[in-house]
This record gives sequence, structure tokens and C-alpha cells, in this order.
Amino acid sequence: MGFLSSVKPVCIVLISFAVLALLSFGANAEDSPKPTTTKPPAKPTEHGPIYTAPPQPLPEPEKSYLPLFTLNYPRVQIPFEITLWVLLASFAKIGFHVYHKITIWVPETCLLISIGLIVGAIMHSVHEQPPAVLTSSVFFLYMLPPIVLDSAYFMPTQPFFENVGTVLWFSIVGTLWNSIGVGICLYGVCQIPALGVQDINLQENLLFASIISAVDPVAVLAVFEDVNINEQLYIVAFGESLFNDAVTVVLYNLFNHVAELPVVDAADVFLGVLRFFLVGLGGMLFGLVFGFVAAFTTRFTRKVREIEPLFIFMYSYLAYLLAELLSISSIMAIVTCALTMKYYVEENVSQRSCTTIRHVIKMLGTVSETLIFFFLGVVTITTDHEWNWGYILFTILFAQIWRGLGIVVLTQIINPFRTIPFNFKDQFGLSYGGLRGAITFALAYTLPNTIIRKKLFITATIAIIIFTVFIQGISIRPIIELMNVRKTNWKLGTINVEIHTRLMEHITAGVEDLCGQWSHHSLKDKFMRFNNRFIRKILIRDNRPESSIVALYKKLELQNAMEVLDTISGDISAAPSLISLHEEKASNKSSFKPKRTFLASDLTAMHEILSKNMYKIRERTMSYTNKHTLPNDSRAREILVRRHTSIRRSLRARSFQGSESARSQKYFSLPLGQSLDTGYATESIRLNADGDPALELHNRSVRPKPRPRSKQPRFSTTRARLDPLQELHSTVNMEDEVRAEESSHRPSRQSSSSSNSRSRAPLQRHSSLGTPSVGEDDPEGDEQQLESPPPAWTPEPPDRGSGGPRNPLLRRAQWKPQDK
Amino acid sequence: MGSTSSTLSKIPNAEELSQETGFTSAHLARLFERFEALDKDKKGYLSPQDFEAIKELALNPICDRIIGAFFSSGQEMLDFSSFVRILAHFRPIDNNRPKEPNSPDPINSRINKLKFAFQLYDQDKDGKISRNELLQVLRAMLEKQVTEEQLESIADRTIQEADLDRDDAISFEEFRKSLEKVNIDHKMSIRFLR
Repeated sequence: MGFLSSVKPVCIVLISFAVLALLSFGANAEDSPKPTTTKPPAKPTEHGPIYTAPPQPLPEPEKSYLPLFTLNYPRVQIPFEITLWVLLASFAKIGFHVYHKITIWVPETCLLISIGLIVGAIMHSVHEQPPAVLTSSVFFLYMLPPIVLDSAYFMPTQPFFENVGTVLWFSIVGTLWNSIGVGICLYGVCQIPALGVQDINLQENLLFASIISAVDPVAVLAVFEDVNINEQLYIVAFGESLFNDAVTVVLYNLFNHVAELPVVDAADVFLGVLRFFLVGLGGMLFGLVFGFVAAFTTRFTRKVREIEPLFIFMYSYLAYLLAELLSISSIMAIVTCALTMKYYVEENVSQRSCTTIRHVIKMLGTVSETLIFFFLGVVTITTDHEWNWGYILFTILFAQIWRGLGIVVLTQIINPFRTIPFNFKDQFGLSYGGLRGAITFALAYTLPNTIIRKKLFITATIAIIIFTVFIQGISIRPIIELMNVRKTNWKLGTINVEIHTRLMEHITAGVEDLCGQWSHHSLKDKFMRFNNRFIRKILIRDNRPESSIVALYKKLELQNAMEVLDTISGDISAAPSLISLHEEKASNKSSFKPKRTFLASDLTAMHEILSKNMYKIRERTMSYTNKHTLPNDSRAREILVRRHTSIRRSLRARSFQGSESARSQKYFSLPLGQSLDTGYATESIRLNADGDPALELHNRSVRPKPRPRSKQPRFSTTRARLDPLQELHSTVNMEDEVRAEESSHRPSRQSSSSSNSRSRAPLQRHSSLGTPSVGEDDPEGDEQQLESPPPAWTPEPPDRGSGGPRNPLLRRAQWKPQDK
Repeated sequence: MGSTSSTLSKIPNAEELSQETGFTSAHLARLFERFEALDKDKKGYLSPQDFEAIKELALNPICDRIIGAFFSSGQEMLDFSSFVRILAHFRPIDNNRPKEPNSPDPINSRINKLKFAFQLYDQDKDGKISRNELLQVLRAMLEKQVTEEQLESIADRTIQEADLDRDDAISFEEFRKSLEKVNIDHKMSIRFLR
């Protein structure tokens, strides 16, 4: 089987790597005091030429030959081991995707922990110690920031801010509820003499409870995605995980401090609460400040494009470290920093820097997370455990109960304030999906050593993590699918039903979006106005009004086209030529089609096509919150591009047919009869940092001015080739694909280039986008467009009586250069 | 809400609208606020561009048709009462409404919901969904990689299944019949219009 043959080499590589790692650790001869490793040496290293021989009195000069091979392990030890571990964990990740079905049923975290367990077992059997990665400083300074930055940067801001109340409610109050509830119950349990844990006092129980209430629904988000959970739930779970971490850390520090006090009085509690607010809000403030500073800095980085991404990382890390310095919530700081910074920075930096930033953040976050879970597995085997059946089982039990109770109660309270209330299924998803993960693990390790039963706590923490990750993680998917059971099995439904129901779902989703969330709008509008008037002027270089939908379409089509090129990989024959398609369509239309009979196999094929290829409703949020991949906005792009090309097509049809048929294809986004001279509100859909098209309405004065560039795509030579007219018969370039798609939608398209070129004239509008810069680099493009729009852009009067459609959507066509 | 009464006073014939559409006054007030929020130029009516400006709607595959449904018969201005009347289609069906024998069906009845969906297919308003119209909708709803052939065979099959009088098009009756087992109320109701 293909799968087996590909798994075997991967396994072999993994095992050999593990062995290699062990050998290298064993090779370390020094007892290193550094925090990353505590390997006892096994054999001494050879002395290389860098070591001077100890001075001896009057030695007989011995002839020592120049050594040809020397081994100097201590010198490279730390980076070497780090690299090995990272590589090992990454190989594990590759290995998982060998057999795709595994990752559907078993969350990746489970797999990582399993591999960690195996490696841990190997290490234990050779009596090696794993690297002490999980000591406080390494974890909190190096491993946690990338994860948090990753989550915060890819947070879809729109839905998040719409749900911010719920998110904060669940994370703050929910965590408090959980910690206190579980802590008190455990304290009660501790009083039972039979369990032998009577020496754990209330503070310690509370401390422990605060640790294990940090929920980390990484795995759950992946499940939610596939099972088509309510979008609201998705955002709430995502946001909760983020803020949960912050709250837990604050609570932990709070209880830690309290635990050390022999006596707790009211003043301490009050101070504790005060400190809680101070810490949280202080963190946010820090993050805001740093975010703005970062945005401001990028305003000036035009000449140093290569190091632009550096600023993002340095500023967010700086925010984190400074917050740690002042003992305020560093997680809040870095989250707020990322959220603020993202919006402005992505407007200022070049496209390439933007991509680089996203990729690097994703990479760092994934690596960090992988390593943590991996080490969880390793450490499980190698630590000394103190197992206490009663305490641990009760911990797990109470954690589950309190989380479930907490979610239910909190939902009841907050549901009246939500426009879309949570139903039972949502609540179940939220509570059952509360898996514990990285933060819990690290916090347990950093418990102060003054706690007597520290080992018990660590064991209990590991137990609950493994329980939730494995059992809940694996079982949540079938359970949700069970609850999601459709009333009618689609195999029995007709094609009709499938198509029409999907259409109706789209309609309803569209109308829902139309009605929008009724609250928060005024606040958001106010903020956006403030934003446009003041903040953008300061923070964004050459502040111009946001780019229009033209820029978006331009960028989209190019990206699309380039992707198509990638996938074709140079197979010329794959692309149908325009002419042949056109003829085919014509013949199809004219010929009489006898009634076909459909076989059952045809039907199943159809059902499959439909179920796989029909656009799902509102996919966009889901695509942003998959933790392990970059945001994928290809569906959204596809839809936008298609709308755009169909509008363009209908325009052309209208422009040289001018007949009723064009009318029937009328898309109501085109306002007819408006002349160039009337001011009207133009829309701009811009793919902002989230990838969400962010629509801004601007009131334009009569003559639209030369346009901003913000998301100006950097394409060089490919752009020239996208001219649809002249390249009709050229060799396959992306163009053919783009047009092939168009042509398949346009049965009536004339392939004459002349009429097409004429039809483009009315589409020429003001230079909404400026030139798509011919040069590869930004500076040239900017300067060019600032000076004067090149001739291709000059607005031309429409050459049709009724005035070509003035719709901003059509401006998209402009970027195709007139000059070939 | 404290501002409900003030908002309601701005709505012309709020009473009649409420009666006709079945929205409560609170709902009407909210919808009016939304109407005003969408009407960025404060024209007093909505135009297609205002709809286009809603970015979530722009990502809908059948966005244009939905907008077209609001602006049927070629008009370019949508006032509040028409806005509300169309939205009324999406109210959940009230099962406990007493049936008066001679009154017309409420706007959100099952039949009317189906008619709304039907009109999204039937752009030329001839009362039938032709093969071409079906193809257009299918193309909009399906991803790019579905080939033309597949689309056509799906369209053929759709018509074949539903078309009882063999005129190669789907009339409203046939449409309704093909969906008789489907819970239309569930599909065509907005969740937060309770």
C-alpha cells in the first residue's frame, strides 16, 4: 500500500533521529548549568587545539601532531540540541500528514503527545533527562510569546469585536468561576482522610484549580471547523482561549502570592482584585502604545523594505518583555499590540513584507506549540510522579462538572444580551471542547517549591491534560456529528432539494448579513470615523482614502491567475483555447438535446459534486481560525473574482450589444444613468489585513482624485500578460485560464478584439488605483502614481449614450494597460 | 428600549407596517435603525450601492440576485416600507396565528417564502425556471472547478426530476412540489427575528 511504504521511511527517520539525539546528549561530557539542558556527561571530549595544555615544569617538549579530527561538542551543544529537538518535532508533524485520515479523527495535539511519550520512554530507558524546557524562564520568555502572537495576529477582528463582550465574559468570569469552584471542591475532598491529602490547604487548592482551568481549545477549533459549527461559537471559543491564558496567568500569580501568606485578610483580597484589574488593563495599555509606535515606525520604512517584518516582531516582543518586567499581563500586552498593529502596519508595508510577516508568525507559533506538546509527552514519562488516585480522579471530575456548569450558567446570563443566543448544542460544544494544553502544563511546572505536594500537582495536571486531550479531543467530533444529524439523509434527497436548500441557505445568510447585528454599529461607526480622521493620518504613510474595490479585484485576479499557473505547471494542452470553447458553447446552445437518462452512478456523482463544490455559507471566519494553516481566503476571492468578471462580461455585452439580452443580465450593482459629474458615494471593498473585504464608503467629490495604493499588488511582468484581448492566442499563461473561466460563462461573447477594446473605454474611470506599478519595487510605483497617472488612466468620456456604468466595480478593468 | 418610541415616530405608518408584516414595534425600530445605518448618504431610501457596501453580503455567491430581489422591477430606490415588507418574508412562521378564511396569506407563510426563493431563480419573471436560469444559479453556487459538462448534466437532472409537465422548465408548482418535504421555515428564517 502506498501509505505503508511512505510511513516506513518516516518512521525510520524519526527513530534514527531520536537515537541520534540521545547519542549526542550522551556525548556531552560537561555538567552544564545552563537551563536548556541538564545532561550528565558520559564521555569526555577530546581536547582540540583550542585548549592549552596545563603548564608543567620543564616538560620535555613532546611532539604533538596537529590533530586532524577534533570533536568539540560543548561549543555547539545548546544550539545543536535545540535544533535537533525542533527538527524531531517537525518530522513528527510531517509524519502525521502522511495518512490524512488520522488527523481527521485524532487531533494533532494527541499525536504530538504520543510521539513525545515514545521518545520519553526511549530516554527514560537510557536514563537520560529531557531538556528542562519547561522551567519558567524558557517557557514564558521564549515559547509562549510566539503562540500568543500567532493567535492574536490571525484573529478575525470584525467578528471578534462584535463578540467582545461575550468573550470577555466567558474568559474572565468563567475562569474565575472554574478556579474557585474547583478549588473549593477539592479542598472539601482533601478533608477526607482516606485520600491522604489533608496537608493541602485552601490556598494551594485554589492555586492548583486556577492552573487547570486554563482552557486551550486548539484541537477543538479544528473540529469545529469541519463540523460546521455556528460561527459565533467559533469566535467565542477562539477569543476565550486567548484571554483565558491571560486571566489564568494573572490568577495564578495572585493565588501564588496569596498562598505564601500565612494569613489572608480582607485587605489582601481587595488588593488582589485591584491588582487583577491593574494587571489586565495595564497590559492592554502597553499593547496599545506599542502597537501605535510600531505602526508609526512602519510609516518610515519605505527604504528599508527588507527589515520591515523585523519591526513587527521586535515591537511585539518588546511589549511582552516590558510587561513581564513590570509584572503586568504580558499576554494581554502582546495580544493588544498585535491587534492594533496589524491593521495599520499591513497598510504601510509592502506586499512581500506582509506575506513574510504572516508566514514567520505562523511558523514560529506552530513550532512553539509543537515543541510544547512534544515535551509534554516526553516529560510525562521522565518525571517522578506522585500518583494519588482519589485526588486526581476528583480533579478531573470536578473540572468537567464545573466547566459544564459554568458554561450553562454564564450562557443563561449573557444570552439575553446577544443577538444570536447560544443554544444547547453550542453550549455543549463550548464546555466539552475545553481541552487543557500548554499553559496549564507550564504553570504547573512553575509552582513554587514551597508547596509540599508539588509533585502531586504536577502529576494531576499532566493527568488532566492527557485525559482531556485524548479522550475529549478524540470523542468530540463523533459526538457533535451525532448531535448535528440531519433529518434527511442526502442520499435519498433529490438533486433538486440539495440545490434549492443550499440556495435558500445562501439567501438567508445574505439577508442576515443585510440586517446585521443591530447593536454596536454606532460605536463602530464612530470609531471608524475617528480612525479615518485622525489615526490614519498619523500612522499611515501618505494617507490616502482606502483603496477601492478595483485594487482588490486586480490583486485577486492576479493572485488567482498566478495560482492557476502554479497548478497547471506548464501543461499547455490543459488550457482550452478561447475559440474552441466558444464554438463548443455555440453548438451546445443550438443543438437539440434529447432527454437523457441518468444512471444511478451519475446521480451519486452529481451528489458528490454538489456536496463538495457548493460554496458553504459564510466560510470566511472558519478559514481564518484554523490554527495550523495560514488564513485561506481563496473561496472569498473566488466569489469576488467571479462576480467581478461576470459584471465585466455583462458590461461588455451591454456595450456592444445594447440589447434586451444585456438587460436581462442586469446586475443591480450597476447604477445606470449616473453621469460622471454627479458626486456619489463610492464603495471600496478592500481586502484588509484579515482578508475580510472591508467596505468603506467615501463621499467622493466630483472628480475622483488619483488614488491610493495601499494594497497595491506587486506584480511585475505577469501583469502585462493579463490583458485579455491581445493575448488571446498566445501560449498558455494565466490569462487563458482567467479567460477560459470567463468565456465559459459568456456564451454570447464575441471574440473580436476591436469591439472589446472599444468596450473598455467606458470602463476607464479615474485612476482609482494609480498605476499598477510596472516596476517591481514599491518606491517607483508610489512615485509614479503620486506624480501623474499615466495616460492609460485618464478618465475618458463614455462613448455610449446612456453612459457606461459608473460602478466602481468596473474600475477594475482599468488596470489592464492600454499600451501593450 | 427607551429610544424605541422615538424611532417609531420616525417611521411612517408604523402601525400598518406592523400589522401587515407581523413585526413587533421593537423589531421595526431596530430595522429602521439598520435602514438608517445602511443609508450612509441619508437619502431616505436605499440604493443598490448601499447594499453592495455590506461586505459580508458581497461575499455571498448570489449577492447580486439577493440585491435584485429587493430592487425588483428595475427601480433604484428602496424605501423603508418596501425594505421591511421584503424582510418580512424571513420571519419565522407563527404557527399559532388564527386562520382567517378570507385574509391573504401572511408575508412569511410557507408559500410566500417559496415564492421569494423562486423569484431569485426566475430573473425574467415568466413564471418558470428555464434551463438557462438554472445554469446561471448553479454556476454562481458552485466552485470554479466544476466543468461545464457537469454543470449541464446537473441542470438537466434537476429539471428532469422536477418537471412534471415536460416543458423543460420548472414552474412554481413543480418547484413547490419538489420541496414539499423540506422544512422551509427553518431554512428561510432569520434566527434573530424572534
